[in-house]
Amino acid sequence: MGMAWIKPARLRELGMLGMNCRNVEFINRYNDRRLYPLVDNKLKTKLLAQEYDVPTPRLQFVVREQHEISHINRQLQDRETFVLKPAKGSGGKGILVVIGRAGERFIKSSGAEIGIADVRRHMSNILAGLYSLGGASDVVIIEDLIAFDECFAGYSHEGVPDIRIIVFRGYPVMAMLRLATHASDGKANLHQGAVGLGLAMNNGACLNAVQFSRQIESHPDTGRALSDICISGWREILLLAAQCHEMTGLGYIGTDLVLDKYLGPQMLELNARPGLSIQIANGRGLLPRLRHVESLKHRRHVSVEHRVDYVMREFAEPDTLEGRVL
Amino acid sequence: MLVLLASCAILVAVLRHMETGIPFIPGQERSVWLIEARVDFMAKGGAVSASLSLPDKQLPGFELYEEQSASPGYGFSIVREYGDRRAEWTKREALAEQSLYYSAQFVASDKVDPATADPVREHHPIYWDDAQELAAGQVLSRARETSSSARSLTRELIKLLSSPSSDQNTALLRSDQTSQAELLMRLLDRAGIATRSVMGLYLEDARRRQVLTPMVEIHTGEHWLLFNPETGETGVPLNLLLWHRGGVSVLDVTGGRNSRVSFSMIRQTVPARQLAKAQNSDSIFSRLGVHSLPIEEQSMFKLLLLLPLGAAVVVFMRVMIGLQTAGTFMPILISLAFLQTSLLPGLISFISVVGIGLVLRSYLSRLDLLLVARIATLIVLVIFVISALSIIGYQMGYSTGMTITFFPMIIIAWTIERMSILWEEEGPHEVLIQGGGSLVVAVIAYLLMQSPLLKHLSFNFPELNLVLLALILAMGQYTGYKLSELRRFRAMDDI
Ligand SMILES: Nc1ncnc2c1ncn2[C@@H]1O[C@H](COP(=O)(O)OP(=O)(O)O)[C@@H](O)[C@H]1O
Ligand SMILES: [Mg+2]
Repeated sequence: MGMAWIKPARLRELGMLGMNCRNVEFINRYNDRRLYPLVDNKLKTKLLAQEYDVPTPRLQFVVREQHEISHINRQLQDRETFVLKPAKGSGGKGILVVIGRAGERFIKSSGAEIGIADVRRHMSNILAGLYSLGGASDVVIIEDLIAFDECFAGYSHEGVPDIRIIVFRGYPVMAMLRLATHASDGKANLHQGAVGLGLAMNNGACLNAVQFSRQIESHPDTGRALSDICISGWREILLLAAQCHEMTGLGYIGTDLVLDKYLGPQMLELNARPGLSIQIANGRGLLPRLRHVESLKHRRHVSVEHRVDYVMREFAEPDTLEGRVL
Repeated sequence: MLVLLASCAILVAVLRHMETGIPFIPGQERSVWLIEARVDFMAKGGAVSASLSLPDKQLPGFELYEEQSASPGYGFSIVREYGDRRAEWTKREALAEQSLYYSAQFVASDKVDPATADPVREHHPIYWDDAQELAAGQVLSRARETSSSARSLTRELIKLLSSPSSDQNTALLRSDQTSQAELLMRLLDRAGIATRSVMGLYLEDARRRQVLTPMVEIHTGEHWLLFNPETGETGVPLNLLLWHRGGVSVLDVTGGRNSRVSFSMIRQTVPARQLAKAQNSDSIFSRLGVHSLPIEEQSMFKLLLLLPLGAAVVVFMRVMIGLQTAGTFMPILISLAFLQTSLLPGLISFISVVGIGLVLRSYLSRLDLLLVARIATLIVLVIFVISALSIIGYQMGYSTGMTITFFPMIIIAWTIERMSILWEEEGPHEVLIQGGGSLVVAVIAYLLMQSPLLKHLSFNFPELNLVLLALILAMGQYTGYKLSELRRFRAMDDI
């Protein structure tokens, strides 16, 4: 551990993006407020994604009214696995992942079993707005479960690891893999104790890993060395992330992607105010890359492939093969 | 742009300073009290005349500077009647609710009480039956035993009358509806001491709907001496203005009923001379100043004009420091509440009410209520908690209990609602962080808003709030790091 504080001059040297700067120079400037509902509501995002052929976990059905909950068991009866979430939730709150059945009962990703009454109560809480910002009323989304990709075996406690990529004006600029841990209670949120891994833009190799803002070498629950992680199909993942720019029209977004064993990369959700911890996971600031993209002559019809190839070249890690890997 | 805005504001302030002579720093001048008496009554439909007793021009501790009346449709004059100055309003025909205003400015002065006048014997008719006459005699003789002069007799009488362990005699006298002041005067009458009734007004800045406090003056043989009939305090307290002295009733209304008089007051820290100049001149500044408003509104503005300061503090703490608060402007509301209750009692009552509210809430969540119902229940419970705390505090003699009632309920209910949502969503840790952050911001805002200099500036130079606005706008464009980020990103040093 270093000192308790870091000098502002050092942060500037590292090109760290601060909250004020993010809000004023990127979110306010590049994100049109009218477009926020598209990403703040997961249902809208999902319908939009279907329109744009962006792969996303299939929507099974939506519960909008309290009375629909009373005969919900008819709809859930013959579903082995599903994920239930609030459309306006954030930070992993209110997400119920059912990975199997034990007769009438449902097995959660943590292994605990719950009954239909628990599911009903959970749904009614979601409708009442327990998990939405400021308690606004909400709807319940029921979607397909993502099948774990083998490459993550032993790297995640309970939840599916997700990949956060910051996309600026259509260019993916920084990526991070988030692994749920016991401390984070199966959630992939860094401040709750998930592990964040910075990923090299050129090949998706691990650059640096942190938990609770501290550098670590191996997964705290499984003990597996984090540097071994390599994500297959990196270019496809970047393509998917870059596509989200056209889909939403937002200039500065965080895309949350997951890898499905059978279906490949899937878009889970988008965020119009993505967090800043991705910089800690990567051990570098966002600003130089953001300024670089800003300085690019923004030609109207740069294709998604073009942009992805550009960043894979431009933001490549010169030393991934040498010392920088953990 | 912002610099322009700020310099404009400062320019206007400087011009106002030069034009009206209001100083930039408070406290170098005598304070001026603006007092507004408001007479309300229900007119019966016919001719109406209202007569209000007015204070003398020279009072102990105060000097009348200027007076005026604003009551459209009424004839107004100031008359002298049996040595009493009175305002008289008349109207040929009036119906329904009527409000008459008289306002005056008093300058604090250090002139001593000129009340050396001869003892005028006032008659205080209270009917006493035989038993009461007897009791009065006994009370008097008991007081006489321990006293040697008119002054000490009065003091002993007050002691006897207000002691909680009263004997039969005082209980008998007090069982009537008469007030302590009347009772005292009647007893002193009997003892042959000249007395007169006084109605005093306690001056407190920015108060509305105040009433007169009955006092008693006795003639010691050389001069008049004021007694507080409840506490036995002698002499005129600095903050007491003797509105009405002896003579007839304070307010007489013919042709109306339900008449009453109430007072609002405000203290200005403006030199009397220059204030008068500003008010009499037709200068644009005096027209556009807050001083041109009625006093009731002025006292509200005094509070309102402090809000930008609170807003600036919130913006500063959030943008520059990175402190998290629950709700953007809830801290300002809390600090406004502190302004009313004063800091420590306010803080204690606020934390305890919110704490109890959160405990209750955790029980509620076991009931499996819908969220809306739960929050509504919570609000009802909070009102009970506040009432209970006030009552307990009052019974135990703590003034904190009393101040809780003044704590705006809405603010508390709102806070608990937000905190409980936060608890559900983020857990108790976040509640502590954001609740603590809000309190810190509220306390800082309170300390600033309560400083005499800033109070003075914001009220007398409202345009200076534009400087704050410019400051807020500037902070809104600040793109540097927050103080909290220097800590959050500290791990970057190792990389
Ligand atoms: N369809 C799904 N299948 C498996 N896990 C999921 C699914 N949807 C969400 N999750 C898990 O929940 C976490 C949060 O989901 P996300 O949709 O990003 O919601 P939030 O906005 O709350 O972050 C994901 O990181 C993942 O671990
Ligand atoms: Mg997410």
